Amino acid sequence: MAGVQVSNVSRSFGAHKALDDVSIDFADGGFYALLGPSGSGKTTLLRQIAGFDFPDSGRIAIGGESVERVPVEKRRIGMVFQNYALFPNMSVADNVAFGLSVRGEPKAVIAAEVQGALDLVQLGKLGGRRPHQLSGGQRQRVALARAIITKPRVLLLDEPLGALDKALRVGMQIELKRIQREIGITTIFVTHDQEEALTMSDRVGILRDGKLVQEGPPEEIYNRPKSEFAATFLGDANIFRGESTGNGIRLPDGTAIFAGSGANLAPGAKAICAVRPERIRIFTDAAAPDTANANVLRGEVSKRIFAGNSSTYFVERGGQMLKVIVQNTGVDKLAEGQEVVLRWSPESTVLMAAS
Amino acid sequence: MAAQVAAASRSGLRSALPLLAPAYLWLTVAIFLPLSAMVFFSLMTELPLSGKPWAFTLENYTAFFSQSLYLTLLLASLRLGLEVTLWCIIVGYPAAYVLAKVLKGRSREAIFLLVILPFWSNGLVRIFSWAMVLREGGILDTALNAVLPFKINIDLMYSYPAVIIGLVHSYVPYMVLTCYLTLQAIDDSLIEAGRSLGASRLQMLKRVIIPLSMPGLVAGAALIFVPVVGSFMEPRILGGRTGTFYGTVIEDQFVAVFNWPLGAALSFILLAVVLVILAVASPVLRRAM
Repeated sequence: MAGVQVSNVSRSFGAHKALDDVSIDFADGGFYALLGPSGSGKTTLLRQIAGFDFPDSGRIAIGGESVERVPVEKRRIGMVFQNYALFPNMSVADNVAFGLSVRGEPKAVIAAEVQGALDLVQLGKLGGRRPHQLSGGQRQRVALARAIITKPRVLLLDEPLGALDKALRVGMQIELKRIQREIGITTIFVTHDQEEALTMSDRVGILRDGKLVQEGPPEEIYNRPKSEFAATFLGDANIFRGESTGNGIRLPDGTAIFAGSGANLAPGAKAICAVRPERIRIFTDAAAPDTANANVLRGEVSKRIFAGNSSTYFVERGGQMLKVIVQNTGVDKLAEGQEVVLRWSPESTVLMAAS
Repeated sequence: MAAQVAAASRSGLRSALPLLAPAYLWLTVAIFLPLSAMVFFSLMTELPLSGKPWAFTLENYTAFFSQSLYLTLLLASLRLGLEVTLWCIIVGYPAAYVLAKVLKGRSREAIFLLVILPFWSNGLVRIFSWAMVLREGGILDTALNAVLPFKINIDLMYSYPAVIIGLVHSYVPYMVLTCYLTLQAIDDSLIEAGRSLGASRLQMLKRVIIPLSMPGLVAGAALIFVPVVGSFMEPRILGGRTGTFYGTVIEDQFVAVFNWPLGAALSFILLAVVLVILAVASPVLRRAM
């Protein structure tokens, strides 16, 4: 096992900068998600760490050892591919055995290790099958068993759950996490699914246009996004634009919004405030409690979407559509067209520079 | 249930008939009828066209066994077929690999065109241009002597190697094309997965790439082996006196000696031998695929 340090890595393909001075420290034994839209460079970064491609500049270290010019076959990493990449000409057991047999391990050792790995992914009885006889979820497990049998220093997963349907995906998320904890391997996981990144990882790195936008534990990124992109890409956010007042912003119509955290911005600078839809409370005019020390806006319900355990209200206020998510408690049903008061605390509001 | 399935497949066949008919009609007229005529000839003492009296006989077939020459030549032709097939694999497979897995875009198209080019030139022209290259004082001889500091004498014309060179040149595109198709179908991520597991390039080739491209190798080998065993043009022109093979003897019966019955009989013996070889090899090949 080992941590991975990526320092100032850049990689261009022609004029396109796929990675632009990216530095991330992947702690030993951690579960790390690289999140970003397609073309953000997340897969390029994973391929640099794997060794399929070398950076133009910068340093990559696995377990403290510089590897940026070491080819993949010498890096001792395990990789799971989006399409599983199982060898169709081999049985499941031979697929899993591959990494050990190319090293020339004795047959008896290989057989025992293969059984152990297949048991770990709960496919102990399917060793004799061919990959095409397995379901998508089972193939995924075989790919995982094959990647970890060589006891790699790092496990790299390239959108491993992307091809599975939703129910199976949730099951595999739990399973993957269990296996990762069990063997304690440093895991780097590329995904464009923000929910997957939030639920599975200890830390998340958000990439955009080849740059690392923000990096940290999922709660921190969710609660304290540093940019509009981070706020809207990881979860939903209402964004207010205005001028900085130092502890918040002033909207163009003069309304002040107070922020409890965020960047230090000089008064007068263009700034934005972000607030999560579930942090806003919604009241009918009459029921609105005292509004001391709170952000308060008046608006009109323009649409309500019922989603079972919650309802999403779209509230129009000064030409802007605000999103509010309310837990379904069975009482506070508001009609479309109704005048409402929105109220949320400054602690739920993050101030950031306008991008 | 079974009757239903049978009925369904019958009606499927009926609707497919208009699509199948042209090809099978053509095959019947162009191949089956002449072949039947040849079977008929091979059982005659004389060609009926010559006006001489004729009778049915098996002598044309027994001739093959009464003279050891025919068997010797057949074995030589089979060996030629094996060697040419092997050389086509050695030359064609790496080229197919590079085309399918290394080159991309324009350069792939250009190289591909060069591979297919022999198909577009006349076979006879191709063979005679090899003659220009291989003979003493020919292009190869002159070029090598111009480059090398010492005098060497290259005269490959009218030799076994010349026959091999000519045949490999004619047939290697088949191997390149069939292998290219199967190699291209191998997902690049399989190769990456193998490398990430620590496999060397040679190990990947042996354990993943060759097994997965086996159908292409087998198809290419079958496409090359069968016609090469019966080939006569390349052996005759490039082999000269050393180029006597089973195929040239058959050709002689038709164009020189006018003993069509014997030529036909020898052809059918060759056909039978090739079919037996393919039948014996097919379980092995099927397992490989």
